[in-house]
Amino acid sequence: MYVYSEFDRDFVRDRNAQFREQVARRLSGALTEDEFKPLRLMNGVYLQLHAYMLRVAIPYGTLNSAQMRKLAYLAQRWDKGYGHFTTRQNIQYNWPALTDIPDMLDALAEVGMHAIQTSGNTIRNVTADHFAGAAADEIADPRPVAELLRQWSTDHPEFQYLPRKFKIAVTGSPLDRAVIRAHDIGLRLVRDADGAPGYEVIVGGGLGRTPMVGQVLTPFLPQADLLPYVEAIVSVYNLLGRRDNKYKARIKITVHENGIDEIRRRVEARFARLRKEFRGVDQQMLASIEAQFAPPAFEVGRSALPYEDAREIDPVFQAWSDTNIHPHKRDDHAIVTVSLKRPGETPGDASAEQMRVLADLAQEFGHDELRISHEQNVILPHVHRADLPTLHARLRRAGLATANAGLISDIIACPGMDYCALATARSIPVAQEIASRFEALKLEHEVGPMKIKISGCINACGHHHVGHIGILGLDRAGVENYQITLGGDAGPDMVLGERAGAGFPADRIVDAVEALVRGYLDLRAGPAETFLDTYRRLGAEPFRAILYPTEKVHAA
Amino acid sequence: MNVIVTDRGFGHEAIPTVWISLAEALSAPAEGVADLRVHLDPDTDPAALAPLLGRLGAVRVAFPSSADGRGFTIARQLRLMGYEGSLRAYGHVIADQYSLARRAGFDDVEISHDLASRQPEHMWTGPESRRQQDYQARLRG
Repeated sequence: MYVYSEFDRDFVRDRNAQFREQVARRLSGALTEDEFKPLRLMNGVYLQLHAYMLRVAIPYGTLNSAQMRKLAYLAQRWDKGYGHFTTRQNIQYNWPALTDIPDMLDALAEVGMHAIQTSGNTIRNVTADHFAGAAADEIADPRPVAELLRQWSTDHPEFQYLPRKFKIAVTGSPLDRAVIRAHDIGLRLVRDADGAPGYEVIVGGGLGRTPMVGQVLTPFLPQADLLPYVEAIVSVYNLLGRRDNKYKARIKITVHENGIDEIRRRVEARFARLRKEFRGVDQQMLASIEAQFAPPAFEVGRSALPYEDAREIDPVFQAWSDTNIHPHKRDDHAIVTVSLKRPGETPGDASAEQMRVLADLAQEFGHDELRISHEQNVILPHVHRADLPTLHARLRRAGLATANAGLISDIIACPGMDYCALATARSIPVAQEIASRFEALKLEHEVGPMKIKISGCINACGHHHVGHIGILGLDRAGVENYQITLGGDAGPDMVLGERAGAGFPADRIVDAVEALVRGYLDLRAGPAETFLDTYRRLGAEPFRAILYPTEKVHAA
Repeated sequence: MNVIVTDRGFGHEAIPTVWISLAEALSAPAEGVADLRVHLDPDTDPAALAPLLGRLGAVRVAFPSSADGRGFTIARQLRLMGYEGSLRAYGHVIADQYSLARRAGFDDVEISHDLASRQPEHMWTGPESRRQQDYQARLRG
């Protein structure tokens, strides 16, 4: 894992001192609210519905046990005893006082963490595949380049006041667990015909109120050209992106309005000039960052028999290991998903006590590493299979052994109207009710892989466009109304879901989801055919007929 | 009178500069006129200054709002194009942006008297606004 250099430590310390002083100047009136707003946002401080919110960066979703314990400490000391892990691999605290935030930032700095550029019209926390460095299907670990980009984008003098926020994601696997086509810039690690490393560069993806699938800007960019090329893209966007309408200010609109060829032409022209500015020092730094992400010292020669035995005798362990274990690049190890989606709980929330349990488990069984996934779960990326039964027992005691990774109750939901000033409807209660309903029906494992994603407004923080079943909460004349989209997919060939039809009131949306799922079970060709496969085979019509039976009568 | 902020602190121009627009500069006779002092609006494409590079005496870039960061890219592009003359940020630039402005290539910042009284000199010259660490310079080597 990356360890802060002297330079990083000095930077964060001085930046925190600067923010402490900015808060004081806001209180004294030397800074107006308009002037202070971008400053607090670029330090992770939002003004929410009820209070300030602090969003802490977990760069590329990777952290160690000491960092996790510090997150627990912040939750207990300055918040209500819990934190909320987000779809961008950050953690949010929903109840801090503005005057406490500088102390919170100092506490984070003690373990090499910060909240820099987690908000505002800046280049945000760079996200990466949460199975990075562990997955069997990976070409290369995306985290070193994500760290390089973190350093390059931090306090970049050109890019602190962009037209709008700017999100970069990196994946090292063809399976793309980082949803790179839904980002302003998506990078996929690839190799050319001669085996030289480079990047496929995607630009202009995004969800939000105008969802768009990112387009290929270049299919192969040599590794050494990354920083000048990305700098060229953001530089072109900074001048060309719209500033007259915040809903048309993201680069996806710039690409859409100017065309990918014109964007490419401008980027290439600027890149030609910027390339000379980088003299290879960045590549030396990348090499030294890569060395810090060397794989842990795996235990060799230990039998995985306790795992096989436990699967045979313990059906609860078996169910959990069926869903929450992913193949590791080593056969005797596994990647563990710890679900933060216990039915009835808020998706992505973890208590301080749970965070401490996770830190302990990472230290004892997981080479001191944890990840936060964009699906709002916690990952232990390197666990020996022989340790899985003990690990599972410990997770159960902490209420963290929910066996639902990738299933219908593993729901992504935005904070919604319970917290967010922008929301037009509640999301969390809908997620809770769906999870509880399917828990009661005992249908979850029969249904199999299913991604439900819920957003409480058209800004789509819950990624509903790419849910197999997406739910969008709107306000219709003061009443919550939930629209369903079908067939979305966040995989490597990202697909935006189609709107099913008229929305449902809050008291009918869970019934509608249940009807869809029961309909799928009737329609599928066999137990191996997933909801998404059935939808792709049959199209939207049979599912629309389930949701709107009376309209079907009219049509006939 | 506007305040000019430099690394030494607040100052004034003894004789205020007379600025011309980019359109005026482009139509100025090529012969004999050097030392053009050009004011740029934030929507200027820096490439438009290419034909003037040898004849510029000073460039001033307008910041209509402290939240509008186009001027930072304009400054950097002009420096990358080889412009080495005086480069000034003008308008709603706040003390917290001084370090960005300097690193983007500006020499100084011109602000109104009102802004200068709300954000007096010590806010521009204190250690917080003169942070030394610069990730980008470090990566460029």
